[in-house]
Amino acid sequence: MAVVLERAAVVTADASPPRRRRTSPTATVLLLLGAAYCLMPVLWVVVASTKSASELFTTFTFLPSTHLFDNIASLSGYRDGLYWRWMLNSAIFAGGGAAASTLVSAMAGFALAKYDFRGKALVFNIVLAGVLVPAVILAIPQYLLLAKVGMTNTYWSVLLPSFISPYGIYLCRIFAAATVPDEVLEAARMDGANDWRSFSRVALPMMRAGLVTVFLFQFVAIWNNYMLPFIMLGDDRLFPVTVGLSGLLNQGATQPAMYTSVVTGALLSIIPLVVLFLTLQRYWRVDLGAGAVKA
Amino acid sequence: MRTKGAPYAFLAPALVLFAAFLAAPIVYAGYLSLRRVKVSGLGLGAGARTEVWAGLSNYARSLTDPEFVPSVLRVGAYGLIVVPAMLGLALVMALLLDAGRTRVGTFARTSIFLPYAVPAVIASLLWGFLYLPRVSPIVDVLDAVGVTAPDALSSSWVLYAVANIAIWGGAGFNMIVLYTALRAIPTDLFEAARIDGASDVQIALRIKIPIIGPSLVMTFLFSLIATLQVFAEPMTLRPLSNTISTTWTPLMKVYRDAFVRNDIYSAAATSVIIAAATFVISYGFLKLVGSRAFSQEN
Repeated sequence: MAVVLERAAVVTADASPPRRRRTSPTATVLLLLGAAYCLMPVLWVVVASTKSASELFTTFTFLPSTHLFDNIASLSGYRDGLYWRWMLNSAIFAGGGAAASTLVSAMAGFALAKYDFRGKALVFNIVLAGVLVPAVILAIPQYLLLAKVGMTNTYWSVLLPSFISPYGIYLCRIFAAATVPDEVLEAARMDGANDWRSFSRVALPMMRAGLVTVFLFQFVAIWNNYMLPFIMLGDDRLFPVTVGLSGLLNQGATQPAMYTSVVTGALLSIIPLVVLFLTLQRYWRVDLGAGAVKA
Repeated sequence: MRTKGAPYAFLAPALVLFAAFLAAPIVYAGYLSLRRVKVSGLGLGAGARTEVWAGLSNYARSLTDPEFVPSVLRVGAYGLIVVPAMLGLALVMALLLDAGRTRVGTFARTSIFLPYAVPAVIASLLWGFLYLPRVSPIVDVLDAVGVTAPDALSSSWVLYAVANIAIWGGAGFNMIVLYTALRAIPTDLFEAARIDGASDVQIALRIKIPIIGPSLVMTFLFSLIATLQVFAEPMTLRPLSNTISTTWTPLMKVYRDAFVRNDIYSAAATSVIIAAATFVISYGFLKLVGSRAFSQEN
């Protein structure tokens, strides 16, 4: 399994040994059809953001126009730049939540992989059960509990529940087991390192590639989350961009002129994630079945 | 031996958060589902509304609710469309990429994975516009050849319209998972078969797919769980279509009961039913395929 994980975490697709042989037109056509299906809505939003409100529903779908900067200006002008505040909120929720949950998961995964202790099997089974619990189902009781302590409608109400990720712990356990040899920890101990130093100075750097993967997964999951902030937040200045834009779309149903702002907002909101995703593409290589390869 | 308390210290933050944000909400939802509000007199003034034990009446109400059963059936039908189509697409694309018989591999892989970076709400918004007859390029094309296009947001098509958004958003992620598993197979396992004259299709069906079995099991399981929770897509499409009711999916009904009707007890009972069903289905599925996925051994 170690081999699988090292490949999963480190090797990029382009660096893999070439398996390329005679090209097949059928394979090429099918892949291009798949790519076209996936790119079409993205292409549409790029074109549609350049159209004025009157052109959106009247000109041919994929015919671009010249109003992109007007649209961005009117979106930015909407209630003193509320849109940019939503983007900032999304970045805070996703960045803060993913960073904290990666650290929490790394510590727990390291303990589960590298120590023998009473209750280890129990803790691990609870974590696995947690993986199967649909997070969305939890949103309403989480809301009711946080309402009791007066924390709803604050940043914390969205951040705190995202700090715990059973799947992150599960992945970190696999990564720690695969990438941190017992001998290295033993050597660190002989050199006088205590448990925390062994973890933070020795194990964490070795798990780095795996931790980036866990961070990215959490980041995207929180950025894309809709139900939790939708339920927790009442003040639209605290909204992440997903909740904000769906609210704008609702308004568009009565004021169709809002639609160009909605479409432009949708385009601008996917740019950061697409950039993140293209630059860090080599980390998106996770073998979900890795834990099952060798049992 | 290293310090005895160390593993507990490392686990402490995770366990505290788990207890507060997973275990406690589940227990609390279970508790609320067994309670109800008793109104005395006109229900005015302090003490007129008290919370009392309700037994299983909330569950009985949920299960017999005339809106609950259709929403469950709708999500069942939705799952029957989404899961096979999404995983089928993901598997075919992953196998085509892995076979390496094309020069467009990197472009196709990136393009197909791209929707993963688009939140479900934004994806629904984009597709929602593309479904509108005045925007839809498909309507233009069909008009040109003299065919009247069906309205994607009409009651007979809206289920497919929502399913399409989920397939679009999820196929790429699952493709990457399966592709990663395929790349991990040592080449010599099928080089021999190739020398013996096996075709790419035979190699895919007889060698590659069985080997990546555990990954298929996991993608299936996660897709199933995600399907049962469909919420963001239909909620986002609602302003564009009058065919999506407030109880279109079970989770939308939970939301409406809790926040529109202020009946948190009934909402809690429905949540518990959905969570239990999800757990039973996932666990049953893992037992059924006898998978060693999630095995504790390294």
